[in-house]
Amino acid sequence: MSALRLVNISKNFGAIHALSGVTLEIEPGEVVGLMGDNGAGKSTLVKVIAGNFAPSEGEIFISDEKVEFHRPIDAQRAGIEVVYQDLAICNNLSAASNVFLGREMTKQFGPFRIIDYAGMRAKSAQLFERLKSETRPRDLVWRMSGGQRQAVAIARTLLSDARIVLMDEPTAAISVRQVAEVLKLIRYLSDHGIAVVLISHRMPDVFEVADKIAVLRRGRLVASKRAADSSPEEITGLITGAIEAA
Amino acid sequence: MSNSIADVIGQSQHRNVLSRLANQQTFWVFLAAVLACLALTLLTDTFATERNMFNVSRNFAFVAIIALGMTAVIASGGIDLSVGSTVALSAMTVAVLMTSGLPIWVGIPAALFVAALVGAVNGVLIAYAGMPPFVVTLGMLSVARSLAMVLSNNRMIYEFGPDHSMLLWLGGGATFGLPNPLIVLAFLAAFTGFLFKWTRWGQHLFAIGGNEEAAKLTGIPVRQLKVSVYVFSALMAGITGVLEVGWLGGVTTNLGQAMELSVIAAAVIGGANLAGGVGTAFGAVVGALLIEVIRNSLILLGISTFWQGAFVGAFIVIAVAFDRFRNARSAD
Repeated sequence: MSALRLVNISKNFGAIHALSGVTLEIEPGEVVGLMGDNGAGKSTLVKVIAGNFAPSEGEIFISDEKVEFHRPIDAQRAGIEVVYQDLAICNNLSAASNVFLGREMTKQFGPFRIIDYAGMRAKSAQLFERLKSETRPRDLVWRMSGGQRQAVAIARTLLSDARIVLMDEPTAAISVRQVAEVLKLIRYLSDHGIAVVLISHRMPDVFEVADKIAVLRRGRLVASKRAADSSPEEITGLITGAIEAA
Repeated sequence: MSNSIADVIGQSQHRNVLSRLANQQTFWVFLAAVLACLALTLLTDTFATERNMFNVSRNFAFVAIIALGMTAVIASGGIDLSVGSTVALSAMTVAVLMTSGLPIWVGIPAALFVAALVGAVNGVLIAYAGMPPFVVTLGMLSVARSLAMVLSNNRMIYEFGPDHSMLLWLGGGATFGLPNPLIVLAFLAAFTGFLFKWTRWGQHLFAIGGNEEAAKLTGIPVRQLKVSVYVFSALMAGITGVLEVGWLGGVTTNLGQAMELSVIAAAVIGGANLAGGVGTAFGAVVGALLIEVIRNSLILLGISTFWQGAFVGAFIVIAVAFDRFRNARSAD
């Protein structure tokens, strides 16, 4: 059984072919590094999977069931969570409030349904502990380190029963120590059977954590192979076009 | 490292109440207002009189009620310049309807409905047409006052039909020795504070002000929420309009002119951040209180009222500068 299977996905914007004929299969717990130069179609592919764009052609299967996403919420219900590049975090709110953003826990209070802060704090403390992150549920996010902010964004994906987590450049703008923390979080997801699609420009990060590496060039999937059978040199060649395909 | 997590979490949760208070701009503004009141009580024999207190509390209630709505708008990352004109339009609506012989229970709901409509138009243009709040509400500032003039033919109205005395009591009277506008303010402030802190509406409002893009991505209905925020603000202005007619006993289309500036000042002094995402209901009330105490004290101390603007302006800058200073220090 595959967690996610893309069959012949194409996406056109007018005359521009952002994606053509992408076929890719991801197993539960597998970490796939999605690489490619700027404009190669990485973001478009992620947006298709996340339900932001409907594909012009092709089919998407989740756990071998055909799905069609019209809005991001459809994808979310199907078990797809996205960690956005800027993490989609509100600096003025606490870590717990950010984890539950848009799906706050509530409880009955007289005639009203009020926010259950205690419940949200307890649940997010649990999630942070599972992620082995030193993030305090009460703290405001604007004081936090890059790694803690990542933990907040990733804890969000654990709230629902996510089966696939898409991560857009999670290690782009953080310190070396924090990169290690993020990679640890990715491994945690993978160990729990969650498939991870990691978009990154950083070759060392991808090789450290990915089981499989998929390379996009000008909208086409030119390689999809086990990281162990490849090398940074080969991937660089595939990205730039020095190597046609692998 | 992992076994210390619980300890670290524990540490942060036991900061004492005093240090938390000292970190709030609202606390310092409140302290300033209280100190000013104390000083005035000692320096003048007119401040602490029942009559003056009655006046101060009623005057500040009007600005404070609207500042509650303004704080919601500012916290969501917007601004509402049309509140002063909405006060006039709401006041004129209730006045025109009641002077034509309609009862108060038609006049007030109609006035509030008109105010809500003003807010809805603001909100729809901002949220759905994507226009900047400053421009939309600046336009509405002009439109709403003009409508008030059209509605009343720009005359003064001081006869309110069969329920005349009821309307005057509502804005000018007192219950249990407290001016009615002050009671309305207390109720609305508690209500707004509750909305901000304990409802998803409040939580989402602050999320939008903090990071609108994030709010969208996490599925918060940003557009509907924005419309509701401007309706909320306009309703507060509408309520104030109705109360002010009763207080003044007559209404002209000048009512609420330039009031938006005092209201924004009150919200900002009370800790609302014009960049969005920060603000409290209590802060709005305290900010309005401080402005009114300054105004009142200048009069009582015999200082020319021409100085009012200078004092209020200085306080806006001091309050925000204080906030900056505090943030710079805690970022170290």
